[in-house]
Formats: sequence, C-alpha cells, structure tokens
Amino acid sequence: MDYGFSEAQELLRASVKEFMVNEAPLAHVREMEENSTGFAPGLWRKLAQLDWIGLDYPEKYAGLDGSFLDVAVVMEEMGRALFPSPYFASAILGGHTVLAAGNDNQKEDLLPKVVRGETILTLALTEPSGSYEASGVETTATAASGGGHVLNGTKLLVPFAHVADRLIVVARSDGQGTAETSISLFLVDPKAAGVTITPLRIISGEKQSEVGLQNVKVAAADLLGTLGGGWPVVGDVLDKAKVAMSAEMVGGSQAALEMTLNYVKNRIQFGGPIGRFQAIQHRLADLATDIESARWLAYEAAWEISEGQPASAAASMAKAFISDVYVRMGRAAVQFHGGYGYMKEFDVQFYFRRAKASEAILGDQYANRELAAQQMGL
Amino acid sequence: MRFKFTEQQDALRREVKDFLEKEWDEEAQLRAEEAGELASGHSPTLHQKVASKGLVALNWPTEYGGRGWTPIEMAIFAEELGYHKVLDGVYRNTMIIGNSICHFGTDEQKKKYLPDIAAGKTLFSIGYTEPNAGSDLASLETRAAEDGDEYVINGVKVFNTGGHIASYCWLATRTDPDAPKHRGISVFIVDLKSPGITIRPLHNVADGHGQNELVFQDVRVPKENMVGEKNRGWYLMAKALDIERIRTSPSGRHQRVLEMLIEYCKETKRNGIPLIKDPLVRQQIVQLYTEAKAARLISYKVIYQQSKGEIPDVPASMAKLSGSELSQKIAHLGMQLLGPRSIIHGSSKWSAMNGELEHMVRETITYTISAGASEIQRMVIAGRGLGLPRG
Amino acid sequence: MRFNFTEEQDALRREIKDFLEKEWGEEARRRAEEAGDMASDHSPSFHQKLARRKLLALNWPKEYGGRGWTPIEMAIFNEELGYYGVLSNCYRNTMIIGSAICHFGTDEQKKKYLPDLAAGRKLFCIGYTEPNAGSDLASLETTAAEDGDEYVVNGVKVFNTGGHIADYCWLATRTDPDAPKHKGITVFMVDLKSPGISIRPLYNVADGHGQSELVFQDVRVPKENIVGGRNRGWYLIAKALDIERINTGVRARHQRVLEELVEYCKETKRNGIPLIKDPLVRQQIVQLCTEAKAARLIAYKVIYQQSKGEIPDVSASMAKLSGGELSQKIAYLGMQLLGLRSIIHGSSKWSAMEGKLEYMVRETIPHTVGAGTSEIQRTVIAGRGFGLPRG
Repeated sequence: MDYGFSEAQELLRASVKEFMVNEAPLAHVREMEENSTGFAPGLWRKLAQLDWIGLDYPEKYAGLDGSFLDVAVVMEEMGRALFPSPYFASAILGGHTVLAAGNDNQKEDLLPKVVRGETILTLALTEPSGSYEASGVETTATAASGGGHVLNGTKLLVPFAHVADRLIVVARSDGQGTAETSISLFLVDPKAAGVTITPLRIISGEKQSEVGLQNVKVAAADLLGTLGGGWPVVGDVLDKAKVAMSAEMVGGSQAALEMTLNYVKNRIQFGGPIGRFQAIQHRLADLATDIESARWLAYEAAWEISEGQPASAAASMAKAFISDVYVRMGRAAVQFHGGYGYMKEFDVQFYFRRAKASEAILGDQYANRELAAQQMGL
Repeated sequence: MRFKFTEQQDALRREVKDFLEKEWDEEAQLRAEEAGELASGHSPTLHQKVASKGLVALNWPTEYGGRGWTPIEMAIFAEELGYHKVLDGVYRNTMIIGNSICHFGTDEQKKKYLPDIAAGKTLFSIGYTEPNAGSDLASLETRAAEDGDEYVINGVKVFNTGGHIASYCWLATRTDPDAPKHRGISVFIVDLKSPGITIRPLHNVADGHGQNELVFQDVRVPKENMVGEKNRGWYLMAKALDIERIRTSPSGRHQRVLEMLIEYCKETKRNGIPLIKDPLVRQQIVQLYTEAKAARLISYKVIYQQSKGEIPDVPASMAKLSGSELSQKIAHLGMQLLGPRSIIHGSSKWSAMNGELEHMVRETITYTISAGASEIQRMVIAGRGLGLPRG
Repeated sequence: MRFNFTEEQDALRREIKDFLEKEWGEEARRRAEEAGDMASDHSPSFHQKLARRKLLALNWPKEYGGRGWTPIEMAIFNEELGYYGVLSNCYRNTMIIGSAICHFGTDEQKKKYLPDLAAGRKLFCIGYTEPNAGSDLASLETTAAEDGDEYVVNGVKVFNTGGHIADYCWLATRTDPDAPKHKGITVFMVDLKSPGISIRPLYNVADGHGQSELVFQDVRVPKENIVGGRNRGWYLIAKALDIERINTGVRARHQRVLEELVEYCKETKRNGIPLIKDPLVRQQIVQLCTEAKAARLIAYKVIYQQSKGEIPDVSASMAKLSGGELSQKIAYLGMQLLGLRSIIHGSSKWSAMEGKLEYMVRETIPHTVGAGTSEIQRTVIAGRGFGLPRG
C-alpha cells in the first residue's frame, strides 16, 4: 500500500503545474474558446519538446516508456488549468488505438509523429445515437471492389477533428457477426473526398465536431487491426480514456474548489468573510471529501492499468463518481461566487461548463454504473 | 504508488480471516446472542480467544508483550473484524487504552494493567462524554478535587460504552476549573467497583444496552491512578485518537453487507426477474459499491500517512465522515432494495436478509454521531483542511 | 380547503392564455429573437402589447389606472407569462416599482411616472446590488450627498437587470453614513440619461447581457426624486419584496420545460425503446414532476397568505428556495436524460431538444442567487421560521 508518487512523478507534476501557470492561465482558455483552432500550436510543440505527449509510449516510438500513472498526473494538472490541447484526443484516444491495433508499419509511421506533436490523431466513435456501445455504431464500411472499404455515416462530437491529421473511424463492416464482432477501425485522411468536418458549439466551448462520411474510400492498408476486431480495442482505449478523463476532472474539481475557497475567504458580507458560515463550510467540506474520494478512485484505476490488470470496472466507477462530484462542485462554485458566478468575465464559470460537458462525455453516471455492474458480474 | 499489500500483509489477513471464520462463525455468533452478549456489545468468549492469539496487544511495543504492529497491520485486522461482524466497541477501547498506558503510564501502571489487558482478563471503558459535553468535549464538568493522597470525583458520564462489563474506567475529569478549558483536564484510571459509582444502562434503538450512564458521587481515587501529568489530559486524549483514526472496520462491514445484498438480489426474484437485473437495483448497488471503495481508499490513505509518521487529521476526518455516512446510506438504500419485508425484524422467518439491514438502519444511527459527529468532521475539514475561518 | 381557482380566476387565466397564444406564438418569439431581444430578456414590442391590453398596471389601485388585482390574479398572470416564456424583464420591475410609487410616491411622482409606466412608454430598472453589498444589501455604499436642491450620487451598482434598456433607475443609496446601516438608506428615482452615469453590459454564462454595471459619478438628482422619505429606503425595499414574492413565472416556465421533456422522452427512442419506458428515466421524471408540484403548492400558499393580508416571509423563503433549486435540478437531470447530445448548443441541428436544457443549465445559475440566495433563504427559514439563534 503506497499512496505516494515517485520522485519523478512529483517532478513531472510540478513541471506541468508550472507550465500551466506560466503558459496557460485561464485567460488562455478564454482566448482559445473564441479561437476557431481551439489550441495554441506553439504550446503544443513545447509540450512535445518536454516529452509529455509520449509519456507512456514505448521508447521505439519516441516515448518515455513511463506508466499510465504519469498520464494521470499530467491529466490532473491539465484538468486544473482546463488546458485546451489535442492531448486527450491525440495521445490517448487516437494514439492508444494505434498502439493497440496498428501493425508495425502503421505504428512506425504514425506514433513517433504523434509523440513529437507533429501529427494529431483523434477517434471518431460516437454518433447521433450518443451511445458508447458497439450497438451504437451505425457508420458502415463496405468492402470496395478493388480492395479497401467505403465508409458512410455521421460521427458526432469528435474531439479536435477540425485540426486532426488522421481520423480513426469506428465503423460496422459488412458480413456476419454480432454488434461487437463486426466493428472495424479505419485510418481516414480528413481531407479525403466525402469527409466533411463541422465544428459543433458545445457547453464547455471545447472543440468537437461532426464528421460526415459520404462514400469515403479507404485503402486496404488503412485498416487498423483486423476486420471485425475493432471493438475490444475500442473497449480498452475507452477504459484508459475514462481513467485519464477522471484524473482531469479531479484536477478541475480541485481547481474549482480552490478558486471558491479563495473567494469565500475574501468576500466580506455581514461584517466578515462569508467562508465563516457553516452553510458554506459544510458543503465545501463534503465536496472536498468527495474530490479526495474521486482522486483515489481515479489513481487506483490508473495504477491497475499501469499494472496491466483488468481495469474496466474501476474505470467506469471512477468516471461515474467524478462526474457527479465535478458537477456538484461546479454548481457550488458558481453558487458561492454569487452574481459573479453567472458572469462570463469571471473565470469560475469555465469549470461549471466543463463539468457538464465532461459528465456526458465517455458515458454519464448511469451508463458507467451499468457498465460496472456488468463487469462485476451482476 | 501501489494499491495492494505486501505478501506478509496478505498472509496476516488470511491468518486473521481464518481465525475469525473459525471462532466467530454463525454458530459462535448464535451462542453469543443466546448468552446475551450481542446486546451488551461484547463477547467475553471471543475476547478470550482474541487475547490468547495475542491480538489484544497487537500494536503495543514488544517489550510489553505486544506484537509491535504498524498502522497498516492494525488496519487489516480492523477491516477483518468489521467484515466478520465482530462487536469491537469494548475491545477497541481496551486496545486504545492499553496503547496509551504503554506510552504515558508509570512503570507501576504498566505492570499493574498491561499483562491483564493483554491476557483478556481486564476490560476498560472510556468516560469522556457528559450531558453538557458532547461535540464540545473540552467543556467537560466532572470534577476531580485533590484531597490528601486522593482525588474526590463528582460528575456524570453518558453514552459510556461497556461500563457495565468493564473493570476500569478511563476517566476524563476537570482538575483545574480556572484554567482554559483544554488545560484543566486530567485522566484517571478508576476502578469501577469503587464506592459511589452507579451505572444505569441506556437501551438504544438497536435493542442493545452497550451504553450506560455513569454517576460518580464522592468517588475517591488514589493519586497514583492519574495517567500522564496533571492537567495534561487533553493531550493524552488527542494522542489516543491516532488509533481511533484507523477506521477500516466499517469498510470491512460495508464490503460484507454489500456482498450479502448482491447475493440476495441475485437469488430473489420480483415479477419473475432476479432483482439484480432491475436497472434501478444495479445503479444503486454499483453506486454503493463505488462509494464503499472510495471510503476504503481514504481510510487506507490515513493509515499510509500514519505509517509515514504524518498526522493525518484532515484525511481522518474525511474517512470518518464518508465512512459513517456511507454505513447509513447502505443500510437505508439496502432496506429499500429489499422491499416491504425489509421492515420485519430478523427474528421472523418473513424478514428479508434475516433482518440484517433493518437492524443496520437502527444500529448505524450513532455512527454519524459518536467519535466526532459528521458536523464536527466537516468543521475540521473546513477549518484545518480548507483554511476557512471559524464562524 | 380548496385547491382550485374560482370560475372568474379560471376565466382570467383562459383570457391571458388566449392572448399569449395569439400574440406570443412561435412567430412572434422568433421575431423577438431575431431582434436580439433574447440576449436582453426583453421584447419592447411585446411590452407595448401588454400595455395596450392594460396588463402592466394590473396590481395598482384603480384610481391610478390599475386593475386592482389581488395577489391571486397576479400569480395567475405571472404564471402564464412564465409558461409562455414571455421575454419581458422589465414588466416585473415596472409592476413592482409602479406599485411602490402608488403606495409611497408623492402626487407629483404619481402623475409623472404612472401613466408612462402603464402605457409601456417608460421602463424602470432596480439599482440595489453593489460589489460589496450582495446578500448583505443593507451595507450598500453608493452615496447620495445633499447639495442645495439636489443630491449628488456616487457609487457602483452591479448585476443590474435591464439598465441598458431602461429609462429610470430605482436606486438605493446611503444618505446617512453615520446611522445604523438599515436606517441610512434612501431610494431615488434617477433618470438614466443624467450626466455622470455609465452603463457597462455584463455578459453572462447564458450568452445574455440582460445585466449591467451602472457607475454613478457625481450624478445630480433633484430632491423631489426621493421616494418615501429620506433614510426610509430600507422600509420601501422590504415592502417591494412582497410583490417580488408573487413571482410564480419562473417556476411556470420550468414546468413547461418539464412537460416538453416528458414529450421528448415519449418521442425519442434509445436502443429501439422509447426513453420514457426506461425505468431510470421514469423514476427521474416522476420525481421532478412531484417536486414541481410541491414547489407550486408552496408558491400558492404564499399567495394565499398574502391574499389574507398575512406576511408570508417564511413560506416565501421556502417557495424561493425550493423553486430555485428545482429549476436547476430540472436542468441538470434533464440534460442527463438527453444523453451525449445534450451538450450541443441549440443552434446545431444535432442538439437534443433544441438545446433547451443545455441553455437552462446555464441560464438557471442565478436562480439560486438573485433575489436572496438559497443560503439566505435557509437562514430566514431557520431564524424567522424556527426561531433558531444566529450563528
């Protein structure tokens, strides 16, 4: 039993924290929300130079061969800062899919560039059904006469698709099979004929898009993994993504808590700081306890992943738990900021809006509890 | 970062599990119940067995016959006690006091009390709470006035656990009424057979009478029974909290009840469908399970910090708060899951899950009150943890 | 005891409904949105229509051109306006302020302001909240210093609703800095075109700019613009709250969202099954409907008490508390029910339920803050309702 981080992890956390404070304060988040690119390519290059994109990637792909715990540390700090970057889309969703399913050529071609920040990947999974289950995938991949496939369908809420160099499209390939055994993964060039990318406006202001696929031709070489073998890969990547996002949400909750604490300690009403009222103290004490709970649920799940243990149940539980906590924290944060909590020119609302988006992404509390129930054999 | 135990620790858990499965199985529990031990919250039979395994003195230094366990081993042990539904109130107190005597007692006190405690011959009860000193314990009013070689004690203690079966009371008294309230308290070991002590049982909502009211009327206690220095009692009491902070016993209990609940929901059909297939039931079970997991993780974090020599006051408050609130939540939601028969007492064949949850709902009332009410824990978290000003 | 309205009241509701369905249909609403009225929560053209139907002065005494409606009729009116989502942030202010002028204004003031208010030609906004005076309103710092026949006003008001489209501000100022804080406040009617006033729009999380910051720099206001006597402002402010309490509108608007949510869940299938058949969805919908019903019953109780001439301060706090919290709960749970697409803005064809819930989550932030935060309401209930002492 060891709740401590390694020295290297402590150093990593401190460096990421410092980077965020210096390079990406909330003014940057505000700027990027208005900006159609949605992230600063210069900062992204710096992130790559600091080796943070490829923390847990093998050395042969230019990575640091670290553990998923390192990723969780970075995500927690990014979550604190609400850092707008393709890290989650590219390093976690996209990169880990290639890492798990790609052949040597694909990995050697893509992963070093992903790790160096030169290529941005993303995973085009969800559709208008909003489902994260295999049965929710309706996009079709039809075998083309001259080899390869033709894709048709609509992908919704694809993160950073608008700047991606390569999309990984999850599609239902024809032939026999259940919902789970007929899913395949395809590497798609977003500039290919028939691909349309339309940015969506979402509650958090993060950059996510609709990806339209109309008779998009994909070469045989761009099949990722085996035909019909895509879903287990997606399942594994979703587990990792949930844990990473849980850590990010813990960071966001903690930052919202600290911002609120700072406010209630300094806001004077009725002759003293409003933080002296138990109505505020007890609610924040409960939330602090919940955030602490969520933190260790997330880190335990990250540890399970880093140990190569099955982590689906832990990942779903962590995501379900923090979804609830982050939204409650976001709500308390705007509440205790009074009128300032409602105004865009103040920063606390960023956390409130992000909490609501993060809650829905990768499955909300209900969906994840049900998944955990299945994992527990209920 | 590692979320598992060492091999030795796992082996220890196995050893404790085996011991409890053998000595505290259904049969043993039934016998204890028939002997009226469950109601009084302490099984002397089991206590003897625990003592003979050397498990009463487990955290004491080895020179006093203890096993010198660290907080981690203690936590494993406590978790298994909880899992196996061992009533540990009196036993726990005795263990805590034994430990305090190791640290603060005189050589004479050590010689007099420690061997008997370790052998399971002596039980202690704790006399802290008073009618006007609950959450605000430092305002206690029981007076100990110096008179020659003795102190004369007058006052009332309430919600005292186990006074009716213990030999001694570990009693907090006011020895300097003029000092600031934290600085005028002294702790005595009082023989409960001393003249002037009356013990009135308090019957609780869970049909137990583990708690008592203790009235002290001109009770004379020799000076040498004072533990630590005069007027330094608050310090002793605060130090004893270190062990109190090991709160994995509720985690064990949560785990056990949830396992039973899952089993029940798998076996029981409603409208021809197993309860566990009901989407609402699944949601609630997973939610409780997740919260239990989270509460356990926090309680382990406390122990981890202790094992590093840190004083985990804020995490300990978080562990106490989340663990005790969760005990009630499991009991209440569990009862709901069981349906209308959940309200029938376990003595009836019609009770659901042998009335386990109905009893738990009543029994857990005190969990969010004793050893620092939830409101007090939130104050500690808000004040010491979050740095919020006092109201 | 009776939980229905009189026939006349039902007829009145029907009349208002008919009027709103005709004049505030989809088309009118769309035009208002295109005119940018959404962002400032106020449609001047519709405000004119309300005026022509004599629906702006309805709670004023008949001698001032009002309709002399009781709180019950007012509640019905507000409820329907809310249900139909009428964009008119100033009608309520007008109603509140017009009514206050009827009660406290001089004959000259009545002559000068009432006809214009009733005709919808002029609008008022309310200037209470300041950077350092929110919940603790009585500590407001905007000063009004006497200078000959005028007062000179200096200070800053924030979160002022509708200042950017209003003609006058109903301004609370400090006229006696040495008096106890409740006794040195005076209310003025200030022409917003006066030199020295600057209005800075505040953009809120719901993409509106209905609120502004008003800065007063050496603004000269004639003495005759004082309402209700010098240093008597707090009394006026408190009285005006009586009318604010009849604000059944917000709740009705959310009732409508709830109805739409039910409709959506009936029409939308997930995995081939209508959402409304999902046991989890059913539980949540019925829970929300039940809470909405309870909130409505409390709101009506407030109005009932008012119509009996009682001052329903505690029930009003309960109504405000439960209504505000419920609005957010509907928004939050509603968004969850809509699934992943709930996070998409209503401008996209992919938004769920036209983004109404996503908008509502953002828009209801101030519903537990403005006009007395939930914390203040709880303080009122605990203090005035239960007689609990101040902390």
